[in-house]
Amino acid sequence: MTGSVVVVGGGTAGMEAAGQLAKAGLSVTLIEKEKYLGGHLREWHHLFPDRRPGDEVLSYLKNQIIHNNIRLLTGEGVEGFQKRGNDFIINTRSGDVVKADAVLLTTGFDLFRSERKEEYGYGIYDNVITSSDLEEMFHSGEIMMKNGEKPEKIGIVHCVGSRDEKVGNLYCSKLCCVTAVKQAIELKEALNKCKVFCFYMDMRMGGALYEELYREAQEKYGITFIRGKVSEVGVNFSKRLVIKAEDTLAGRPLKMELDLLVLMAGMEMSAEGLKLAEAGKLEIGENRFFAASDNHFGSNKSNLKGLFYAGTCTAPMNITETISHARSAVSDIINYMNSDRK
Amino acid sequence: MEKFGFTLTKARVIDYDRNDHSIVDFIMEREPSFKACIECGCCSATCTTGNFTGFSLREINVLLKRGENDQVRKKIKKCMLCGKCSLVCPRGVNTRNVVFVAKQAFQKFDNYAV
Repeated sequence: MTGSVVVVGGGTAGMEAAGQLAKAGLSVTLIEKEKYLGGHLREWHHLFPDRRPGDEVLSYLKNQIIHNNIRLLTGEGVEGFQKRGNDFIINTRSGDVVKADAVLLTTGFDLFRSERKEEYGYGIYDNVITSSDLEEMFHSGEIMMKNGEKPEKIGIVHCVGSRDEKVGNLYCSKLCCVTAVKQAIELKEALNKCKVFCFYMDMRMGGALYEELYREAQEKYGITFIRGKVSEVGVNFSKRLVIKAEDTLAGRPLKMELDLLVLMAGMEMSAEGLKLAEAGKLEIGENRFFAASDNHFGSNKSNLKGLFYAGTCTAPMNITETISHARSAVSDIINYMNSDRK
Repeated sequence: MEKFGFTLTKARVIDYDRNDHSIVDFIMEREPSFKACIECGCCSATCTTGNFTGFSLREINVLLKRGENDQVRKKIKKCMLCGKCSLVCPRGVNTRNVVFVAKQAFQKFDNYAV
């Protein structure tokens, strides 16, 4: 099969799709704004639910894109694009022009900036960190407070920047609950003596093997789950964190001192994706992610014929779902090249 | 001295760090299935005592885990140990034994027979 496709974004979805498109015989230009491919996957030490090293998936994806049909443009952004007839003209930031028969946007997500929830004190108190910061600590093997000591009492706040009207995100980011459970287990393994408390609104353990991991966290690791969202964080005279929440199942307010507080930051539509949406008049949903042309059988299709989406630029997704979504985009693109386009 | 009727109101807040966690530790050790409780309330819904009084095993489980022992001590007396709750628990917690061991714990730690 012949034809050309431009894939914008070299994260999990972009790499998988580029590999599959190339194998189908299409020539692919994969454009990534950063110097390195891999996107957010590079930030993960271990993945849920099986705690497989993130690097393992990354090397699978890197193998996927070793193909003569793939041209890589890293460190290169996309300024905008036009559709002329059936052709797409893509303008890169450095002034290049790439022509293609179809475009696949895999622009991914941005992590919610936790400093926006000021009441949690991220960027104000030393020992308030995000799930992403904690992954970095796991990477380095050093889990410690600012003063270099090991934390003995750790809190985890679910739903930071998700399901929260105050920050304009009504949706559930879906991955944070299971990330909290995974990280709680890993904290317990790394710091045997520590106590871990998860403050949740609902435990959303919908994915394969998530519920099992949750149960393991309770039974094997003794992690305490408290239903109630932390409302505010402060410090006491000895500079230790103090959190306030309602224990909604006890029906009473609760306070607790902590050494370390981990915020489960949610996922938002990427700034890059929003720019492209505006430049190309692409429809976005109420949650600001790209709107699919049909919720059931058009989850990879846009409002523009020949332009497709895959991965977390359409909704929060885990790695498994992102890879599947990339593959289904490839199937839609092949159909488009074979029939719809003509 | 003249009494004006003013008093100090005790805070309702659960002061987790000040509370005593020896009772719950004792239970977790002897009935580890207690760790799997997700506070769904199945036990309370099926409980005969709970249907006629304010007794709720789900509430007792939460209070035990937070170290609110004073409240549990009084409330737990109402349980008749019939064990219906263990039949419905989706997480397989031996709820009847949780109550049984809790009663032992109160007796052991503060000589409070319940």
